Amino acid sequence: MGRSITEKILAAHSEQGDFKPGDIIDVTVDVLLMNDITGPVAVEVFNKMGDGEVFDKDKIAIVLDHFTPNKDVTSAKLCKTMRDFAAAKGIKHFYDAGYGIEHVVLPEDGIVKPGDLIIGGDSHTVTYGALGAFSTGMGSTDVAGVMALGKTWLKVPEQIKVLLVGLPNKWVSGKDVILYVISLLGTDGALGKSLEFDGPGAKHLDMDSRFSICNMAVECGAINGIFNFDDVTKEYTESLGLKDFCEYRSDSDAIYKKVIDVDLSELEPIVAMPHLPSRGLPVSEVNDIEIDQSFIGSCTNGRITDLRITSEIVKGKKIHPRVRGLIAPGSRKVFAQALKEGLIEIFTESGFTILPPGCGPCFGGHMGILAKGERCVSTTNRNFIGRMGDKGSEVYLANPAVAAASAITGKLTHPSEVI
Amino acid sequence: MLIRGKALKYGDHVDTDVIIPGVYLSITDPRELAKHCMEGVDPDFPKKVKKGDILVAGINFGCGSSREHAPIALKECGVGAVVAKSFAAIFYRNAINIGFPLVECSDAVDEIDENDEIEIDMELGELKNITKGKRYKITPLPESIKNILDLGGLIEYVKSVKGSE
Repeated sequence: MGRSITEKILAAHSEQGDFKPGDIIDVTVDVLLMNDITGPVAVEVFNKMGDGEVFDKDKIAIVLDHFTPNKDVTSAKLCKTMRDFAAAKGIKHFYDAGYGIEHVVLPEDGIVKPGDLIIGGDSHTVTYGALGAFSTGMGSTDVAGVMALGKTWLKVPEQIKVLLVGLPNKWVSGKDVILYVISLLGTDGALGKSLEFDGPGAKHLDMDSRFSICNMAVECGAINGIFNFDDVTKEYTESLGLKDFCEYRSDSDAIYKKVIDVDLSELEPIVAMPHLPSRGLPVSEVNDIEIDQSFIGSCTNGRITDLRITSEIVKGKKIHPRVRGLIAPGSRKVFAQALKEGLIEIFTESGFTILPPGCGPCFGGHMGILAKGERCVSTTNRNFIGRMGDKGSEVYLANPAVAAASAITGKLTHPSEVI
Repeated sequence: MLIRGKALKYGDHVDTDVIIPGVYLSITDPRELAKHCMEGVDPDFPKKVKKGDILVAGINFGCGSSREHAPIALKECGVGAVVAKSFAAIFYRNAINIGFPLVECSDAVDEIDENDEIEIDMELGELKNITKGKRYKITPLPESIKNILDLGGLIEYVKSVKGSE
């Protein structure tokens, strides 16, 4: 019987090779990730677990990105806890405040690779599935357990396949694909399952689009999102000079619980309405809604491709006087690249404020917080009640082109209307 | 383990952002976190919850972020257990790891009203709605997960594994 890419990676990391969906297996972990929110809690738990030895100091990554640059004394203390811990244990991959968002940094710096099994103390750890890796998020105590043992348990997920066909239209990107899929499945439609993206349409989705797609797999409850290793992945690994990784692809006779067909050519940019990521509607159906803020950034859409699309829309235009436009490049490398390409100048001339790389606005941590009654179109991943500020505020999830076009007009707008 | 208290009922998709909003995540003291528990849907929650009370909800409870602060805040508030139709995967693990009982039981949820008196016997695998005079079977935990709970949570489990190495 054939196996899916997810099952193959799990099998390669487990001694219990003969498993089926629903079985609980022990797996070894290639990379463990922590940040300044889940990390300090994990460290506290880890210190209660025994001898204080981490399983492998070269396989742990710590990224300080949530409340950074430190928003107050409490968050400064959290970061210091992690900085001190990293120094004491000799953690190899330590990224201090301002380096970037964990899920942008880890692929960019070649820390996570195709075929890896990655556990992270952050739900959006699912992002790395774009590389053909198995990656999933866990809480602090699980992370502490992995830190001590280098392994953890997983319930083998059932598989859902999203079969992509067709060529996407100009302003449609990975974000729209995943918002559409979540609108079909609902926020619990893939609960505890694996969401695999495959089919002839996949070749039209570049790596940045794939990161956006896998990033939001968790928003329909999936334990992981994943793409098969293909020419797009190969090109990406070559551009980074990655070595020593495993290429996995699903067998043609792998078993799927469900197959969802998505014709990329029929999609238009999607906006997920408050207060669930599953409330996606085509932007043309909701284009009379006025906004107060437009935010472009996050682990979902803070990569260079996202900034290039934004610049294409806003070049030579001013943002609407009522709108605060905020752009946070996903990492220092993305920022440097945007600077080199002249994008930062285009943004500032349009009236955008450039924020430091980090997670702050997305989760209502700091910067860009919304007041009661305010609306934000945001390239982030969640629009739950109070996500970006007051519980009477609203978040509309969209791709960068829609967020940029909406910043110009002051209301939710299809990008083609401003070009 | 016997848990008994009044039902406090909420809807579907109670996410971790409403259980403990992001702005409070720089807090690590459970007592401080508890003061903001469920703030996104019910700011009076910490005041009205009595020790042992049962939070009852619909599908996909705990969806969203991996923040363990969410089950920590609920537990510290005095919530005895959450009974829901389904739980998000990460929240489920987090709760087990800190020894916070979760019960999946759709039928019970449908028939429980706010303030019903509920008793849960984790050993017997039974949920009783005392107010309505109804009993429900609870699906037992998989053996390997029960093993973690029986040892008192993941900290003790890791210690036992390390000790046997």
